[in-house]
Amino acid sequence: MLTIDNLHANAGDKAILKGISLTVNAGEVHAIMGPNGSGKSTLAQVIAGHPGFEVTKGSITYVGQDLLEMDPEVRAQQGVFLAFQYPVEIPGVTNAYFLRSAYNELRKAHGKEEMDPMEFLDLMEQKLKVVDMDPAMLQRSVNAGFSGGEKKRNEILQMAVLEPKLAILDETDSGLDIDALRVVAGGVNALKRPDNATIVVTHYQRLLNHIVPDFVHVLAGGKIVKSGGKELALELEAKGYDWLVGTA
Amino acid sequence: MSSSIETLVNKEYQYGFVTDVDSDTLPPGLNEDVVRLISSKKNEPEWLLEWRLKAYKRWLTMTEPHWPNVKYAPINYQGARYYSAPKSVKPLQSLDEVDPELLSTYKKLGISLTEQKMLSGVAVDAIFDSVSVGTTMKEELSKHGVVFCSFSEAVHNHPELIQQYLGSVVPYSDNFFAALNSAVFSDGSFCYIPKGVRCPLELSTYFRINAAETGQFERTLIVADEGAHVSYLEGCTAPKRSTNQLHAAVVELVALDRSTIKYSTVQNWYAGDKEGVGGIYNFVTKRGKAHADAKISWTQVETGSAITWKYPSVILLGDNSVGEFYSVAVVNNKQQADTGTKMIHIGKNTKSTIISKGISAGEGQNSYRGRVQILPKAEGARNYTQCDSMLIGNTCGAHTFPYIEVANNSSTTEHEASTSKIGEDQIFYCKARGLSAEHAISLIVSGFCREVFKELPMEFALEAQQLLGITLEGSVG
Amino acid sequence: MNAPAATRYAEAFGQLDTAAAPPWLAALRTAALAEFNALGFPTTRNEDWHFTSVTPIADRTFRNATSTGAPTAAEILALTVGDASWPRAVFVNGQCDPTLSTLGALTTAGVRVSTLTAAIKDTPEFVADHLGKLATFSAQAFTAFNTAFAQDGLVVHVPRSLVVDLPLHIIHVADAQAAGCMLHPRLLVVAEPLSQFNIVESFVSLNGTEYFTNAVAEISVGDGARLHHHKVQRESTEAFHVGTVQVSQGRNSLFHSFSYASGAALSRTNIYTRLLGEAAETRLNGLYLVDGTQHADHQTWVEHIAPSCASRELYKGILDGHAHGVFNGKVFVDPEAQKTDGKQSNHVLLLSPTARVDAKPQLEIFADDVKCTHGSTVGRLDELALFYMKSRGIGDENSRALLTYAFAADVLETVELDALRNGLERIAFERFTHSTQL
Repeated sequence: MLTIDNLHANAGDKAILKGISLTVNAGEVHAIMGPNGSGKSTLAQVIAGHPGFEVTKGSITYVGQDLLEMDPEVRAQQGVFLAFQYPVEIPGVTNAYFLRSAYNELRKAHGKEEMDPMEFLDLMEQKLKVVDMDPAMLQRSVNAGFSGGEKKRNEILQMAVLEPKLAILDETDSGLDIDALRVVAGGVNALKRPDNATIVVTHYQRLLNHIVPDFVHVLAGGKIVKSGGKELALELEAKGYDWLVGTA
Repeated sequence: MSSSIETLVNKEYQYGFVTDVDSDTLPPGLNEDVVRLISSKKNEPEWLLEWRLKAYKRWLTMTEPHWPNVKYAPINYQGARYYSAPKSVKPLQSLDEVDPELLSTYKKLGISLTEQKMLSGVAVDAIFDSVSVGTTMKEELSKHGVVFCSFSEAVHNHPELIQQYLGSVVPYSDNFFAALNSAVFSDGSFCYIPKGVRCPLELSTYFRINAAETGQFERTLIVADEGAHVSYLEGCTAPKRSTNQLHAAVVELVALDRSTIKYSTVQNWYAGDKEGVGGIYNFVTKRGKAHADAKISWTQVETGSAITWKYPSVILLGDNSVGEFYSVAVVNNKQQADTGTKMIHIGKNTKSTIISKGISAGEGQNSYRGRVQILPKAEGARNYTQCDSMLIGNTCGAHTFPYIEVANNSSTTEHEASTSKIGEDQIFYCKARGLSAEHAISLIVSGFCREVFKELPMEFALEAQQLLGITLEGSVG
Repeated sequence: MNAPAATRYAEAFGQLDTAAAPPWLAALRTAALAEFNALGFPTTRNEDWHFTSVTPIADRTFRNATSTGAPTAAEILALTVGDASWPRAVFVNGQCDPTLSTLGALTTAGVRVSTLTAAIKDTPEFVADHLGKLATFSAQAFTAFNTAFAQDGLVVHVPRSLVVDLPLHIIHVADAQAAGCMLHPRLLVVAEPLSQFNIVESFVSLNGTEYFTNAVAEISVGDGARLHHHKVQRESTEAFHVGTVQVSQGRNSLFHSFSYASGAALSRTNIYTRLLGEAAETRLNGLYLVDGTQHADHQTWVEHIAPSCASRELYKGILDGHAHGVFNGKVFVDPEAQKTDGKQSNHVLLLSPTARVDAKPQLEIFADDVKCTHGSTVGRLDELALFYMKSRGIGDENSRALLTYAFAADVLETVELDALRNGLERIAFERFTHSTQL
């Protein structure tokens, strides 16, 4: 589904990603771990098309297409979803309106009719249950005045509505208490299907108790320094990153 | 400018057509004879002519104000025409007699002057150049004792009301443009809601400038008697012309005890082209006087005009009276707007709220200018002001000039202001959810203006949102 | 109707001792006088003076101050706040008194401090390079007036990379001999790159006489330098005070201004700063406490000219009696000043029904990538808080005093010099509680 080959990316003049290669197949869950500043979030944002980063070398192929050629909105319409580490506030725009706009863009991109507000409300009712969210949240402005946990839950709600092929969760666990973490992980697991894939970017192993990865990759200094199975995460939890970072 | 905000081709002003009607137009220039001629064309009583002449004489002694934060070439007051009327307009018995060319103009503007408006519950007075071409729904209104007609008709049919209230809120000596308007105003709308009546329809006036080189000087007077309630809408368009045209209107609102007047404007005069050629100079005086327990609420969406200079204000005269001002002002290309409000707290426990949203794009310059005055006797007065500016692109400007004058210590005033650019992170977030940049910006801007849009009557809110999109198109990509 | 200022002050200008002035200074003074004559005193039609009428100043004709009553150091120090051991320069009725001044410790530390008169003689090029260059007098009547008439002042030069903890206390004293006189003190501060220094300027009066202080300070803060300027204006309540502080800031520099004003019948303080170098930071704080028929006006202008600069402003006013407070804060953002981060707050407490305040917090923004906010509130003491305190057994007067003091406390906390902060806290506390217990 996703093939990243020798990816290099800069923020301004600073090289952040220095040759990343990674293949993700449908049905798989990949965890990207690593210390702060290793480039984990940059990788997530480059896949989503953040304009703050410049790809200097390498390629990303997504379902047979050159992902780097696509605008961020086209990537989204093609099924790439980034759950933001810091979800953005949009004052005055209700969550419901925002979600419906996004959902209809997706439908339009696939040649389907737009969904009317009433029908959409029915759909939302089901989706809200996935993340155990109060329907009142739909009438509040997008992320404005949300608590950290509410924002993360809201990201998973959007994911539930948009049903992406490739979901990237960028530090979705940071700032969550254990109950919120369970809800968020439960939501992600409920959305898992054999034909989609998930990349979980995280600093801690904690989330991976709930979203069990098939592969774990350790990023340090802009490169993948070690890959393994889910047991690698436990090893990192016990030993920290230092023993790996030295090899970077 | 950032990569995601790039210039697209400007969408054309869609109301820029000219209607071909036979007009009765005075030659350019202004003198006492022109004032007399306007008055006689309208068959006005002597007292009104005298009032006009006093205003004209006063105007001669005044100088054009230059304190607003706007720049424009000097106006040649002798070069403008002060009266233009479609020839066919005689006292109309029914709307069937209106020139079909005019009716089709209003149809193009999306305003139906025929009684089918009944369904939507809006009564419309349409002002074409200087005169009213027809008022709808009169019968329905008269059942409730509501008077809604052109100003000229009111002068003849309700002289006692006009004599009592004309100039009572905005005296002819108030300012340069108000004096000019008082001398040469040709028509406008008048509306009176009797005691205790809640006006059953939304009242609406559509203003249209058609003739070239014509100034438009209409005058609106709304009187809500004790306990009455009215909602009034005003819309404006003009054809595209390469010369600037002057629009100097006066609006007076009188809200007697316990009454409510809600006045909403969507101003979309021609703004000139991208190079700043042509467009309307919109120099308007709007003010209301709120008596005890009365409420006056101004809502405006200003997207048009080359230059806007207006400060819809409320004199909070009576105890417990309430004044509100909700405004969205958008400037793009070379547009300039200096707009805001004055809230003058005189009575006890008076309350005012000001919410102003300014959006600047292109080379537009947007200024908020507001004055909150709490006079010594205004015990317990309260004001809350919020004024936010959004900048799109790096060649525009946003300016805030609030004046806060407090002379009573039991009062409370709060003022907050912020300026920010449209957020790159917000745009990326929307894009990452599949929205185009243009869609994202229209969404973010609507969100920014939401507190004002929700004050508009439903149909206007939609229109306003669309106008905003059109005005900003081309500034963002 | 008075004769124009030009005629009335021609004689006083002629009396000035200008023999020792080098030609460039004589030319500067003549040009400044011409500008002052052309402008006259500002009227309320001038937008910058809209809320403050200087008619009481314009209607009087002040004389040059020529003598002093020779006050003692003890008399003067009793009037000032801060640490009595701080190095000080004392000006009595506008003239520096070397016998009252103690500058030794600063000289030892490497700071060059001298009177304007001495500096013109000893380092003429340095003075010529800087004097009147920041505080330009075009369209500024009071700065022009000062430039024409300033006879003495202080020149402070902090060399590159010099970090001095010990502050300089400049004390301007007016005594009985100042009655009817005008005082035009001048301060020039050049803080070279990477230096750090603290200045306290106090304006005090030994007698309740009527005089006019028209002070001008020009301060250049070099790249990476940090300068704190504190102004404590406690003039006689009969006096008039106009004070202008004009600052320019280099890259990564910090300028912190604190302005305390409780004196004068009519006072106007202008704090103008220009952020010329990238990533400079400016902090402007102030507290004004006036009552009776006093009028206190603060005007701040922050000009963001370079990108990525930050400005933080907090002003508080407490007005009693028939006092009139004015605050006009302008934040100007140049088209080049992207990434500007400006915050301004102005809060006023009206203690009496007859006090009044006019505020104009103004933003003028010509760049798009900026964050600017301002907030302004006017009100009286929180009734609920008062009730809460009373319900805990604290009397009405005490409750009011404590809440009033609390209102002022956060802005006083921005003063970093301990002795000055403690001193100001003490006088504010005494003023409201009529008690000396803090």
